[in-house]
Amino acid sequence: MTLREEFPEVLRCYQCMSCTLGCPMAQEMDLLPHEVMGAVQLGRDEEVLGSSTPWVCASCEACATRCPNEIEIVQLMDAIRRRAVQQGMASEREPELHRVFLKEIERRGRVHELSLLLELKRRTGLFKISVDELKLGLKMLLKGKLKVFPGVKRGGEELKRLFARRESP
Amino acid sequence: MKIAYYPGCSLESSAREYDLSFRAVCEAVGVELQEVPDWSCCGASSAHQLDPFLSVALPARELLRAEEMGLDLVAPCAACFLRLKEARRRLLGEEALREEVEEALRRRFEGRIQVYHPLQLLGRPELKEALLGKVVRPLEGLRVVCYYGCYLVRPPQVTELDDPEDPHVMEDLVGLTGAEVLDWSWKVDCCGGAHALLRPEVVERLSGGLCLRAREVGAEGIVTACPLCHSNLEAHQGGHPIPVYYFTELLGLAMGLEGAEGWLRRHLVSPDPKLLVGGKA
Repeated sequence: MTLREEFPEVLRCYQCMSCTLGCPMAQEMDLLPHEVMGAVQLGRDEEVLGSSTPWVCASCEACATRCPNEIEIVQLMDAIRRRAVQQGMASEREPELHRVFLKEIERRGRVHELSLLLELKRRTGLFKISVDELKLGLKMLLKGKLKVFPGVKRGGEELKRLFARRESP
Repeated sequence: MKIAYYPGCSLESSAREYDLSFRAVCEAVGVELQEVPDWSCCGASSAHQLDPFLSVALPARELLRAEEMGLDLVAPCAACFLRLKEARRRLLGEEALREEVEEALRRRFEGRIQVYHPLQLLGRPELKEALLGKVVRPLEGLRVVCYYGCYLVRPPQVTELDDPEDPHVMEDLVGLTGAEVLDWSWKVDCCGGAHALLRPEVVERLSGGLCLRAREVGAEGIVTACPLCHSNLEAHQGGHPIPVYYFTELLGLAMGLEGAEGWLRRHLVSPDPKLLVGGKA
């Protein structure tokens, strides 16, 4: 199934570019939001799946809120993200963040911010922590903004059953 | 009145002062918060990007727990609020999904309870009146702008909070404190959200831009209602220093609530000296 078949409302796009004009992340993207819409309309899925755009997208929903054709662009981005991960085409580091985040929920029930940060750094940055990040982390610790120890595990059997249905690794 | 309370993960650590100030303000106006027992994470910005089932099932668990308590639910974090509202909408509209979630959680979803953000709860006319009646130390002379960011107002058909381009529910509440609330054009622009972890330079551009715009209209503080916005605005000011407050903190300060100055001492950016007794930051 192509993205266009999964998400037929993309055919309503007439390239007014409202999405791109209001997008706070547009300048960081390799394909602009309206270009993603155009490529999906034309069935050029590969171009979209390997693009940085779905990962750079902050899901701020400005595009979908302003789209005159009421296309749920962020839901399309979600569909692209999942497919890119499933097909091993994700080009950016964000999937690792989301995996670590979900792992943290599975393990503790609640997200312990300090553990999340350290695990993410371990997996993506190989402890390449910048001076700025270190300063910020220390300041947050001193201000009591980072809980040092995680609390007890939450969610019990219910969470276990939910995560048993987890779709992709 | 009683309402079920879902604090969310941030309010246990980086946004502890939001939790403390919200609880204190509620207590002062007779709103009893009952924390959802054994609550777990809503999935935030990660579940919907990788796993469509979990993105609904995680918040559904909390909706079901609140239903069991027989109470409406209030969630102060904008991401939790959006995920809970979106899950409720989809459980009501998609039968197959609802059945799958019910099977996994072994409980039926009735759809009886509503999800609110503290802006909606405290913004109710009778509570606004109660808040105004408790103001003993008006924050006169403090000039601020209110900042909503994304998830409180978008998608509007999900959050149902206010006008998505020009909301004013926060301005109405902060106005009760006696502070001067300035208008500006950036209240629903994005702060960069979860990109703080992998793309801090982008957050520096977006949040720093917001700090600059706030200062340009003459504001001495930015008021927020979201833990991630608060954290980004404080940590990434782009060279335009300005204090950032939770709206509940300003309400608590104006009401002279105990511990209010302690909330502000947890901030990364020192508060306006005007807000502290004796005038020292």
